[in-house]
Amino acid sequence: MHKTQNNKAWWLVVPVLILVAFNAFIPLMTVVNYAFQETFGDNVFFWEGTTWFEQVLRSPRFHASLIRQLVFTGMIIAIEVPLGIAVALTMPRKGLWVSVCLVLMALPLLIPWNVVGAMWNIFALPDIGLLGYTLNSMGIDFNFTRQPISAWMTTVVMDVWHWTSLIVLLCYAGLSSIPDDYYQAAHIDGASRWAIFRYIQLPKMKRVLTIAILLRFMDSFMIYTEPFVLTGGGPGNTTTFLSIDLVKIALGQFDLGPAAAMSLVYFLMVLLVCWAFYTIMMRNEEQ
Amino acid sequence: MARIRFRNVRHAYPPPKGQDPVYALNEINQVWEDGGAYALLGPSGCGKTTLLNIISGLLTPSEGEILFDGEEVTHFPTSRRQIAQVFQFPVVYDTMTVFDNLAFPLRNRGMAETLVKERVEQIAQMLDLTANLKKRAAGLTADGKQKISLGRGLVRSDVNAILFDEPLTVIDPHLKWQLRSKLKELHQQVGVTMIYVTHDQVEALTFAEKVVVMYDGLVVQVGTPVELFNQPRHTFVGYFIGSPGMNVFSCRVDGGQPVFHNNLLKTSHRVKGELHGKLEVGVRPEFIEFARDGIPVRIEKIEDLGRYQVLTLTHESEIIKMVIKEDQDIPAENPRIQFDPDHTRIYCDDWLVEETIHA
Repeated sequence: MHKTQNNKAWWLVVPVLILVAFNAFIPLMTVVNYAFQETFGDNVFFWEGTTWFEQVLRSPRFHASLIRQLVFTGMIIAIEVPLGIAVALTMPRKGLWVSVCLVLMALPLLIPWNVVGAMWNIFALPDIGLLGYTLNSMGIDFNFTRQPISAWMTTVVMDVWHWTSLIVLLCYAGLSSIPDDYYQAAHIDGASRWAIFRYIQLPKMKRVLTIAILLRFMDSFMIYTEPFVLTGGGPGNTTTFLSIDLVKIALGQFDLGPAAAMSLVYFLMVLLVCWAFYTIMMRNEEQ
Repeated sequence: MARIRFRNVRHAYPPPKGQDPVYALNEINQVWEDGGAYALLGPSGCGKTTLLNIISGLLTPSEGEILFDGEEVTHFPTSRRQIAQVFQFPVVYDTMTVFDNLAFPLRNRGMAETLVKERVEQIAQMLDLTANLKKRAAGLTADGKQKISLGRGLVRSDVNAILFDEPLTVIDPHLKWQLRSKLKELHQQVGVTMIYVTHDQVEALTFAEKVVVMYDGLVVQVGTPVELFNQPRHTFVGYFIGSPGMNVFSCRVDGGQPVFHNNLLKTSHRVKGELHGKLEVGVRPEFIEFARDGIPVRIEKIEDLGRYQVLTLTHESEIIKMVIKEDQDIPAENPRIQFDPDHTRIYCDDWLVEETIHA
């Protein structure tokens, strides 16, 4: 049989290349372009080298929002992971209630992010919101538009409400994959409730938990919509996280150079953490 | 160490809504003597695992009671019964080493670490696991893991019984043989009661001193392998034990003797009185021989299985299986057969009719 040998098949890749170029590569390169140059409009650019990067890395404002971001991400992971595991452990394994619980758990995940922000905004309003009004009438001085602590508390609780379900669902999937034999054997071996958790359930959940933590890190590190709708980054700058700050610089002040440099730094940080996570995960797999 | 006794134990799993409960165990009265090696033999779904879980306390029976040396333990949890159980699929604690796995049941019971070490090393020795003690249990092969499961059962010296629930299902055939001999050896060394569940008759007959045959939630017969072969008390035992199983034909009874398609069969177990119900006659293929005057048959098929041959015969469209030695001649024309009177028995509603007149 005669076989045609040429490289025409490469043309089949072209649509994908065009798609990737327009939605990822070209926008990214535009950002890179802005990060190293100064422009005053009219498409006139002046080379600036690493000036913008130096400015961003030295800026106290960037440091402050980075610290806020790290504290926020740390807090929500510290709350959501143990809480998610605990809820997953108490969920029923069989019967009618399984589907009821699963649907209830999935609900917060299905709500659009800006709606979540709006819901909590109204819910926490001190004069008309159910939460805000209740707290105030209990004698607790709560006003998230004026007090940084109230604003932080509301933002953290909102994120916990929104995303703990994801960890619950992932852990529940991990738990459901444990055969009954393991629990029976543990009973025969006289294992305590803690030992069952420590030696059977936790090891079986390890893989899904790693993925859950990675997802929660990435999502919370890039959080924008919910705090933007809830507090707008205030009061003052107290809930201005990295992406809110970035948007303020880029669109509020129209400082395209520093904003571009900041987004590259931001992007590299997320990439670095994901890479570190992935490497550690793979090393654990091999053992 | 204890003698385990079941008194009128019945068990039904919760039925689907609006349905009557179906009993997985139907009235079991059974004594497991201390130190015995029992095999629990039966088809899938006959209630073997249910029975095992009731002994170990993973299940509480719906009715009846369980006694350990006369003490009632029906509602005791697993932890108070001192029972070890090995499951069908190996259970190992992945994050622990082989040593820690074996030590787990002992440490959970608060045994001193020096004693734990001594005991674990002893068991590892018996199961040829000494070289692997420091390794992570997750890295072992399926039979290595099952050895750990066995080891966790054997490591406790104070157990009343060790229960095995089809423990060799996932093991390669050649290792199966080894592990089974190992278990038998261990039984002789340790002398603890062992109950071994299986649906494989070879496994049951080679492991046990006594075989308990279960069928449809009932214990249909308890006996030594020879007893099960020679005097099946229920047609199911006849079918299930032996290969091919016992021939069972419907018959009528005339003067205490079975009549099979107008052929009066001689039996040394003539029955007394009137019988009501489904009447059948049972004879094993090994107890049929060719004879000059007997039942005329047609030979349909001959299977040569090496040391013996299995013949499929028909008489009036009834299929009869027969086993003869490999060098035995098969009559070329008008073959006729007869049944050994000592091994021809009458069954009424599947149960052996035991009221017999000895000739």
